[in-house]
Order: sequence, then C-alpha cells, then structure tokens
Amino acid sequence: MKKLSLVVAVVLSVLFIVGPAGAKDWKKVRVGVEGAYPPFSFVTPSGKLDGFDIDIAKAVVKAMGAEIELVAQDWDGIIPALLAKKYDAIIASMSITEERKKKVAFTNKYYNTPAKFICKKGAIKKFSREALKGKTIGVQRATIHDKYLTDNYGKDVTIKRYGTQDEAYLDLTAGRVDLLLADSVALSEGFLKKPEGKDYQFIGPDLTDEKWFGVGAGIACRKEDTDLVNKLNAAIAKIRADGTYKKIQDKYFDFDVYGK
Amino acid sequence: MDFSIISGNIDIYLEGLKNTVFLVSISLVIGLSIAIPLAVLRTSKNIWVTAPIRAFVYFFRGTPLLVQIFIIYYGFGQFEALKSSFLWPFFKEAYLCALLAFTLNTAAYTTEIIRGAIVATPHGEVEAARAAGMSRMLMFRRIILPSAFRRALPAYSNEIIFMLQGSSLASVITIIDITGAARIINSRYYSPYEAFLTAAAFYLCLTFSILWVIKKLEFRWSAHLRPQETDIAEVRG
Repeated sequence: MKKLSLVVAVVLSVLFIVGPAGAKDWKKVRVGVEGAYPPFSFVTPSGKLDGFDIDIAKAVVKAMGAEIELVAQDWDGIIPALLAKKYDAIIASMSITEERKKKVAFTNKYYNTPAKFICKKGAIKKFSREALKGKTIGVQRATIHDKYLTDNYGKDVTIKRYGTQDEAYLDLTAGRVDLLLADSVALSEGFLKKPEGKDYQFIGPDLTDEKWFGVGAGIACRKEDTDLVNKLNAAIAKIRADGTYKKIQDKYFDFDVYGK
Repeated sequence: MDFSIISGNIDIYLEGLKNTVFLVSISLVIGLSIAIPLAVLRTSKNIWVTAPIRAFVYFFRGTPLLVQIFIIYYGFGQFEALKSSFLWPFFKEAYLCALLAFTLNTAAYTTEIIRGAIVATPHGEVEAARAAGMSRMLMFRRIILPSAFRRALPAYSNEIIFMLQGSSLASVITIIDITGAARIINSRYYSPYEAFLTAAAFYLCLTFSILWVIKKLEFRWSAHLRPQETDIAEVRG
C-alpha cells in the first residue's frame, strides 16, 4: 500500500511539474498549411511544400525571430486541428469571416483577392442568375465560396463539394461540373494558366461582398494565444515594410495581392 | 457541445442515410448475384475458368477500396476515349462510380466467402446426392449451395457490415452519404464532435438492424439442427 501511494505521488508530481509549463515564449511556431491550393500552397514534384502561403509563413515566423515547423493538414480539419493544438497558427489563405472568428482569433489580413466563377470557354454566353439555373457548380468544402454558393444559389444549382481545390479541377476537366467558384488568383494561377486549363475562362463579376468574403486572408490562432496574434501582426507589418512581402509576391504574381 | 446544430440540419443527415442505405443495399444485392456464379465456377478444375476469377478476386481484395474508388472516379475521367463514348453518362455520375466500385469490391470478397463454404461441404452430403442419381446442376441447386449459404452466413454478415463502414468512403467523391453529411455540418460549424458523433449513431443503428436481420435468418436456416418441439409434446401427450 505504502509503495503504491509513493508511486502515485511520484507520478502526480511529475505530471504537475511537466504539465503547466507557463506562458509560451514562441521560440518555435508550428504552422498548419494545406498543400493542395496552388499557387498559394502546393507540394512540389520532389515532395516539398511550396507556394505563396508557405513563403509568407516562413518569412513571418522568421520576422518574429522564431523557428518554424510546417504541418500539412487537410482543409476540412484545419480549424479543429488548430483547436486540438496540433499546431499554433494556420497560414492557409483562410479568409477572415465572422463565423470563423467565433472559433479562432485572426491577425490582420496578409492578402485579399476577389472570388470568381470559371467555366468552359463559350459554355455560358452571358452571366446571370438565370444562366446558372440547373448547372452543377463545384466548390471546395468549408470555404467562404461554399458558404456563398450555398446561401445564394443553394436552391437553383447542384453544388458538388470537394475536399481540395485540385479535385475540383479534375472534375471540371472531366466534365462532371459546369462551373467552379473559388478565389480568382487561385483559379488563374493554379488552373487557367496551366495547360489543362486552356479551354476555360472566368465568367461573371468579381465577388467581394464582405458578408461572405470577409476582409481578406489572415493567420488564424487559438483565441487564448493573444500574444502570438500580436507578434504575428507585428511580423506581417515588418515584412510589408522591409520589402520581404513584395519579393515573395513578385515570385508568384505580377500584380498586388495585398489589396487596398 | 451544441446538438441544436444537428437537429437544425437533420434533413442533411436523412439524405445521407438514404444515400448510404441505397448504395450499400444495391451493391450488396448485385455483388451477391455476381458472386454466386463466380464462386461455383471458381471450384471448377479448368484453369481457364478459374484463372480470370482468381485475378479479379485478387485485385479487388488486394487493393484498398479507396484506391478503387479513385481509379474509377478520377482515373477513368482522364481518358478522352471514355469521355466521348456512350459509357460516359454512367461514369459522369459520382453515385454510379461509387456503386460500381462497391459492387465489384463486395463481389470479390463474397466470391471467396461462398467458395470457402462450398469447398467445406461434407463429403457425405455430396456422396448421398450422387447415390441418389442427382445431376451436377441439381446437386448444386439442392444440396451444395443451400448448405454452403448456411455456413457462409456468419462470414457474409461480416462482409455486409464491412461494406456499410466502407461506404463512408463515398464521401470523398462528393457523395452526401452519412459521413458526407457529417463533413458538411463539421465544415459549416467547425464542430467535429457533434457532427461525427451523430454520424456514428446513425451507423450504429444501421449495424444493429443488420445484425437483427442476420440473427433471424440464422435462426430460420438452422431449423433442422434444433430439437423438434412438437415431437416432445407428442411424447408427453
């Protein structure tokens, strides 16, 4: 009996010593990224994560004076995994929306581009609500585009939801969906400018309604980590000011993705 | 924990339930009707008959169901020849692609289950049938297959349940089955716990119903092994 209580006491004390390690000093930041959303985030043929988001993540964490560890995570579970402490921040083109703010804290935006539809060249003569009626539209599940489509066109069109944007492209070229709705830059750089996207075009206006599309993409953190949010905000401002941001932007785009 | 998001979206789950039940039951019925003749042929001594069946079973048992779904759905969609052929309306539908993958998969497993049961037929039964002058066809129909089904039932009930669980993979190709419904709810409210717990409850109810039916069936099919109650009553009488 004595032995047992001794063991219990030792185990408990070890747990308590190791347990609450105090406030984190953020010497190392684990960043959750997606890896299937070109050109923002993708896996290179040699198996490395690359893209605008990835470069921004590396630059921001470096500007904080910390070390980075990238964690690839499917989009569906990207917020639950943050809350489950699999990583400390999400840098994955995540738009800042009211709904997401209920679960996570956002930094300021690090880019902002409009959403747009694409379809096969000539498939739709003139864009209108009527023209979309009865069409099948593909979208990435759990995105602002999914929400916009569900809320505005849910009754008139068939919505097909994909786990990744890459799968949506596959089904567009296979002819299983008529249109896709996604971020315009992701669509043009990740699809339209590639050989498989040559028969497709943008259709309809730039969609920027703040109710659905928010104010741009930000870095998401857990709500209790306000110190990390502050540090990341300072880091974003720093890379904007010292030209690092522009260097990364120019590597991928020939226009300003930061927005107004 | 907030289960109001589930009750508010129960129609999505019900659509998912409908899709899951249809996908699984249709693929099981077609799969079984393919598997029975294949299992009988598989016991043949002619290698030209057995080799293709062995290859089919080997492929579908040797690769994950998810890979089979991806090959049929995304893989086949890559070929222009197929896209311009009369088969494309079939392969265009995610639902039919999933049905095809599930059917072939369950057919392969079931072939092997039934073959095992046929091979395990007691020699006495076969000899008795031959002694009675039954032809090969008649013997299969009256003696070997009924007794094989009885032996195969426990293993086949496992296959039914595996198929039900496996059907959750349909959600990766945009089908809203029970898992697909849970993924939509999860992504809309970021509440994985409530969303997937509800899906689990649906699957448990389905599994429970399947087990109940199998139990009834087993009881019926083993009637000849039970003591006959009427006889006892007569003796007492």
